[in-house]
Amino acid sequence: MNAAVETHAVKLKPVTRSGKLPVNLTDEQVQAFGKEIEAIRERIMGSIGEKDARYIRRVIKTQRWLEIGGRGLLFAGIFPPAFVMGASMLGVAKILENMEIGHNVIHGQWDWMRDPDIHSSTWEWDTVCPSKHWKHSHNHMHHKWTNVVGMDRDVGYGILRMSEKQEWEPYYLGQPVYNFLLATFFQWGVALHDLEAEKIRKGEKSYKDAIPFLKEVGTKVRKQVLKDYVLFPAMAGPFFLPVLAGNAVANLIRNYWAYAIIFCGHFPEGTEDFNVEDVENEDKAHWYLRQLLGSANIEGGKLMHIMSGNLSHQIEHHLFPDMPSNRYAEAAREVRAICRKYGLPYNSNSLRKQFTSSMKKVLRLSLPNRRKEGDTVTA
Amino acid sequence: MVASTVKKLLRAGDWLATPLHAARYLETINPLWSDHGRGRIERLIQETPDTVTLVIRANGAWAGGEAGQYVQLGLDVDGVRHWRCYSLASPVQPGSREFSVTVNRLDGGRVSTFINDCLQAGDLVHLKPAAGDFVLPRERSGQKLLFISAGSGVTPVMGMLRQLIAEGADADVVMLHFSPDYAHCIFESELRASHSDQRRIHLAVTREEPRQGDLSGHFSADMLEQVCPDWQSRQAWVCGPSSLMSAVSELFLGAGLSGQLKQEAFVARRAEVPEGAGGKVGFVVAGKQVDADGSTSLLEVAEGAGLTPEHGCRMGICCGCLATLKEGQVRDLNTGEVFGECGEQVRICVCAAAGDVSLEL
Repeated sequence: MNAAVETHAVKLKPVTRSGKLPVNLTDEQVQAFGKEIEAIRERIMGSIGEKDARYIRRVIKTQRWLEIGGRGLLFAGIFPPAFVMGASMLGVAKILENMEIGHNVIHGQWDWMRDPDIHSSTWEWDTVCPSKHWKHSHNHMHHKWTNVVGMDRDVGYGILRMSEKQEWEPYYLGQPVYNFLLATFFQWGVALHDLEAEKIRKGEKSYKDAIPFLKEVGTKVRKQVLKDYVLFPAMAGPFFLPVLAGNAVANLIRNYWAYAIIFCGHFPEGTEDFNVEDVENEDKAHWYLRQLLGSANIEGGKLMHIMSGNLSHQIEHHLFPDMPSNRYAEAAREVRAICRKYGLPYNSNSLRKQFTSSMKKVLRLSLPNRRKEGDTVTA
Repeated sequence: MVASTVKKLLRAGDWLATPLHAARYLETINPLWSDHGRGRIERLIQETPDTVTLVIRANGAWAGGEAGQYVQLGLDVDGVRHWRCYSLASPVQPGSREFSVTVNRLDGGRVSTFINDCLQAGDLVHLKPAAGDFVLPRERSGQKLLFISAGSGVTPVMGMLRQLIAEGADADVVMLHFSPDYAHCIFESELRASHSDQRRIHLAVTREEPRQGDLSGHFSADMLEQVCPDWQSRQAWVCGPSSLMSAVSELFLGAGLSGQLKQEAFVARRAEVPEGAGGKVGFVVAGKQVDADGSTSLLEVAEGAGLTPEHGCRMGICCGCLATLKEGQVRDLNTGEVFGECGEQVRICVCAAAGDVSLEL
């Protein structure tokens, strides 16, 4: 573990496991598994080129036309069909921008093209969260320390109790409500992710410490709000209201969808979470194994994959965060086969099942742990 | 006028397009409506079996240039953008913003091969502003000029010659151009057709019998004396392989006339770096240089040199440590791949020096 990284303020239950992952494999087997995963990465990354570049450019082009079309239709939003179409198109455009484009570009999946306009160092996405903050909270903390309670703030986002390892307190009784609010205001939750609200709630961090962070968020928020809730409505003149409402609906559609997809990534029943001790001196093979155990896929067709930003291949995304997303489907077939070979779980289910499972967890963990953790086989 | 109005409108549009620039949306409609320099290939002219001329029409965002200067062309080859310098082989037509570059296929040259084999009329290229002082003097009427070129070194010279002809300038020109043989002589017919009393153009071949009136062999002081006895009183331009460049510059240096000679060297090939070797790592912002081996990440090298570069995961997944490569190449410690072009962003936590490199840190 990197000594420079502090754990955040979640009270940890006493640890009983011995720094190992809950699988029935010897260390040699884990190393062999890691090599096979690495081989997939090398093969696919060695074959990216023209076709992949065309893919992302086509998605970007589609997204921009959807956005232009959606905003255009909303100017005629006084007519209900135009309003419904316009808001839906804009909502879908925002989903594409945030998920298949923004999230993945910021991961550096398209840096290899050396196109400064489609690059992790320049991309700013269409949400109130500044890309710079996201790179820290998500690309670094979440992806490196996936599901490590106390390190990965995505385990409950400092708002919810999403692991038995987080100690229960009465505050969590309100979890179903916080959960609904988080879904509704998801982009704001994402923007304030690195604020470490729970530390402020517990008095471990003062508001003053958060001012520089809040200023950066504020700059982005101002521009986003001005665009969606002032400038575009104002351009519609007397039809101010339908445009304003349409933009709000589009943002809401995006919020709920992004929330649903993201909650299916690590919270369905069967995904593992870890203690800091589990990951001490972790090598690449164990890191791969932990990514697999902590992530869950959503099954579906091509549209499902694109609309989820290919986070429907959450497992592959966590194994290979910088692999172009259009190649995850291909990687998934091989990863699944390797898991079968090593007798490892590969958590993949329909959206309905994964989402229901995650929601059950939200409800279950709002109450104190009922049963004691069983003994686990370790590797 | 128009350009500044467009700029103002775009800036206003940025408020609607935030967090992107309005230009990104305009590009969606027409890729040339960009705030980045871009051009469309209007036509291609096959000059020799392995040389092609691209006639390019630039968009309004490209700042223009002068014949003889070089322009950086950005081309996406197998999805990856590569930038290469090519000389403007024609004046830039005012109004149409049309110009040409002539590209010679290099052995194993990924970009020059792509241009010769794959590029088609209608394709887009990315453009950076033209640069360089290998251009005609501002005052050219009545001037005495000497052009010496060899191989594809003829391209900037051709640009200047075409400009003089287009302007109808009454400059007195002598040109001496070398090719291995006639099949590889770029612009041969145009050069012959441009010959006149005022523009005496001499062609030389080095590996074939010269035709009547042409010269044989490589550049020498005697040859120059023969075709241009008054060379010492001329402003001179030389462009070609390093052997020609050094022969000409030594001659001018010996005569104490270096100030009259302008040189344009086409970039030398990168030195081969032995597998796994490191090199000197320069940090241009910090103004430091240290030695590094080929297996220590550049992030660790920087930290060892007392720098504190921004970074995140230290395992190559978060892009929190990207730094701009100014010179040299790096080795990806995970894959062993050696890569890098000037201006490229590299993950310093998983890349080591492959030979001498410098970083914007």
